[in-house]
Amino acid sequence: MSDHTWGVLSNQAITAAGVVYFLALLCALVEWSAWQSRARAAVAEKELVGAGAPADEADAPTNPAAAVREQRAALFGRLSLLLTAIAVACHLVALVGRGMAADPNRVPWGNMYEFTISGSFVVAAAYVALHRRLKLSWMAPWVLGFTVVVLMLAVVGLYEPVAPLTEALNSYWLVIHVIAAIIATGGFTLGGIASVTYLLKARFPDAALLARVPDLDNLDRVSYRIHAFAFPVWTFGVLISGPIWAHEAWGSYWNWDPKEVWAFITWVVYAGYLHARATAGWKGKKAAIVALIGLATLWFNFIGINYFSSTSQHSYAAPAAPAVVELTEGASR
Amino acid sequence: MSTTSAPDQEKNEGVRRPGELNARELARWGWRQLTSMRTALILLLLLALAAVPGSLIPQDGVDSLKADQWREAHTTLTPIYEKLGLFNVYSTPWFAAIYLLLMVSLVGCIIPRCLVYARAMRAQPPATPAKLTRLPDSTTYVTDEEPAEVLAAARKQLRGYRIRKDDDGESVSAEKGYLREAGNLIFHMSLIIVLVAFATGSLFGYKGGVIVLVGEEYGFANELSQYDDFKSGSLFAPEDLDDFSFKIDDFKAEWLSTGAGAGTARGFNSKIRYTAGSSDEKTYDLRVNHPLTIGSTDVFLLAHGYAPVITVRDGEGNVAYSGPTIFLPQSQNLLSFGVVKAPYASPEEIGFQGLFYPFEGTVDGEPVNLMGDIGDGSHAMLSLQGFRGDLNLDAGPQSVYALDTSKANMMSPDETGKAFNLRLGETAELPDGLGSVSFDDVQQWNRVQISKSPGKEWALLGVSLALVGLLGSLFIRSRRVWVRARRVDGRTLVEIAALDRSGGGDTAAVVTGLAETLRGARTQEEKDV
Ligand code: HEM
Repeated sequence: MSDHTWGVLSNQAITAAGVVYFLALLCALVEWSAWQSRARAAVAEKELVGAGAPADEADAPTNPAAAVREQRAALFGRLSLLLTAIAVACHLVALVGRGMAADPNRVPWGNMYEFTISGSFVVAAAYVALHRRLKLSWMAPWVLGFTVVVLMLAVVGLYEPVAPLTEALNSYWLVIHVIAAIIATGGFTLGGIASVTYLLKARFPDAALLARVPDLDNLDRVSYRIHAFAFPVWTFGVLISGPIWAHEAWGSYWNWDPKEVWAFITWVVYAGYLHARATAGWKGKKAAIVALIGLATLWFNFIGINYFSSTSQHSYAAPAAPAVVELTEGASR
Repeated sequence: MSTTSAPDQEKNEGVRRPGELNARELARWGWRQLTSMRTALILLLLLALAAVPGSLIPQDGVDSLKADQWREAHTTLTPIYEKLGLFNVYSTPWFAAIYLLLMVSLVGCIIPRCLVYARAMRAQPPATPAKLTRLPDSTTYVTDEEPAEVLAAARKQLRGYRIRKDDDGESVSAEKGYLREAGNLIFHMSLIIVLVAFATGSLFGYKGGVIVLVGEEYGFANELSQYDDFKSGSLFAPEDLDDFSFKIDDFKAEWLSTGAGAGTARGFNSKIRYTAGSSDEKTYDLRVNHPLTIGSTDVFLLAHGYAPVITVRDGEGNVAYSGPTIFLPQSQNLLSFGVVKAPYASPEEIGFQGLFYPFEGTVDGEPVNLMGDIGDGSHAMLSLQGFRGDLNLDAGPQSVYALDTSKANMMSPDETGKAFNLRLGETAELPDGLGSVSFDDVQQWNRVQISKSPGKEWALLGVSLALVGLLGSLFIRSRRVWVRARRVDGRTLVEIAALDRSGGGDTAAVVTGLAETLRGARTQEEKDV
């Protein structure tokens, strides 16, 4: 296949992935709303029976209509997972296509568009991979909604044609560094989704809308586990492979460049999160807030620094031209 | 660090006087506050916060040009910012104060924990609590098996656990995950290694840049005076410069002519020859991402460009200026800007500024640079604006890359005010018999960065150890499990409980799992009988 075909394939695959994610999101919402009506029904029943009836009665549907509803909800839940898996596969094709379309072939993260589609791939793929282990099916609408929106923004706002990497980016340390950064970013995002849900559930414990969500202890544990996975990956990416590459490319391993500063800030805040969780008084709500501050610094680093800071050497484009000098009118002719 | 001595003092002095007691108590209270987990947390968040301004305000150490421009543009804020050290955030006392406090807190936190850990390593798992069923995760079942058999089976199941030796005969107490705390301690101690290594690098290290022309007759010797720019730590001494020199024999870049990257280059390669100290001459292919290490100094290829060889003759026919002139790239295709100054030309001083086009093509009557590859040089063009009169060199030091035209007059090849456009090998006459300018040849230059960061290996070792420790402290589960079996009403009552000391663990699953295997093992035996 020619480079051009790969490029076209990549674009088509990303569109396909976006559409399938959206279908999966619809299924997840159907499942979600089934839980919602179940929760409402439970409340209504409770009112009929009178106060004092145990709340967990809702767990056992008592009439046949409810049982059918239950089955349908489960069906849509499975369908949503299946569609998500298909979309993740398309998403992967898009990434591979992007890398193959460049000459010479390369990793698909040369610019913001590519970093964004790679990062959202990790979020969705991690969700599918951890689905069983951490019982994440409740997370479907969040993950899918997030992925759909991010993909849309990437395609509409960040798209750039395939181009070769600039020389400084052409290093295997960079490959390692960016893989770690993308995996950690995906992980922190997933963990952040759990933390947001925790805060919502803590604020509105009885909201029917949140009926699908597990209890607070469970949310806290899921969030911690995902963060505990992402933090070492981030440590490796930002504090080991990043400085090694910086040393090879720029001659000093730490330059206090804005991108590095924010990566460090993110690292420190998440270290704060892990501490907060280990300290009795800060468990739960406060820890969740610290985790979300960490997520905010992470995204600010990705989005904000690229747009607002021109001193960063991490511009994905070429190194800035040295000393731009103003020419007097007519210098060239 | 002086706070470290406070608790020791207290131990050493036996007599207590009332007045001192308060002071000591205050010190002890302060120390306890400082080394508390909450303080560590707050200091961590404070450190993150303190790092923010340095990423938003241009820093002298990162981009001094930008910092100067910022200063010029914000005259009211600048003095305030200067006072607060906001142009050098990462070396200000207040920034240092935060991380030093954090480090003191770290040491104060870690040392006692090390002692506790050393004791725990040798200790037995704690005795089985009296009321196991009170623990959050516990289960019970009744069986006809002898208690001793159940306990023996449990001991066998709890592989990898340390089991209490002198238990009370009716229970098993087991613990595992001792390495978790070790990981945590290693992690925190490694942070201290990293900090010390990093500080060494910033105090004793340096980083300088120099543009070196490609060719036998040029080169660089590692002396302070040879650098174009130079930044060093406060404890750096010029004697710390390693003794070496090098020449660039050849420089090649691969220019892409097709595809999205057309017009840009890759595969930069500088063939250099170097001598270190008194050793023999060696060669090296200096490439991007492949620095040359000489002793403890690293040499990096950062950029490249063209240096047109220009000769200026004055009105009397004497050579007023001659040589390769470094032009600085303005874009990726190496359209470059440069300056020529011939202050000793007579009858008048002569100066030029203008653009160098490595590969010029005319588009709509305007010269456009098509690519950075000069090829055989047949499309190279030099477009110079000429000036005569006072170049204002008496006013003070000037950059070699800028021409002060405030007191000079423009001169043109004819009345229309055009620039002198020269192809390779061409010469243009200056008006009014002022002389001529010729474009003789093109050479190349490399911008090389030379730096020394002492302690970088230690920093790497430190973070790597920290990562290993971190993995241990996050993923090794530290857990206690108890099983008690005793006769109650002629049958055996088995109680199982577990406690997760690491948080995030699923102890309920451990308890039910163990209960199932113990009962399952028994049912199996029953069938066998
Ligand atoms: C640069 C500063 C620091 C960083 C980056 C850092 C990072 C971490 C991390 C990532 C953990 C998580 C390990 C786990 O969850 O088991 C942790 C745990 C811990 N940290 Fe720190 N820390 C720092 C400073 C401190 C200080 C100053 C103290 C003491 C006051 C401290 C005391 C502890 C303790 C006791 C734990 C274990 C918590 C537990 O029992 O599980 N740390 N630290």
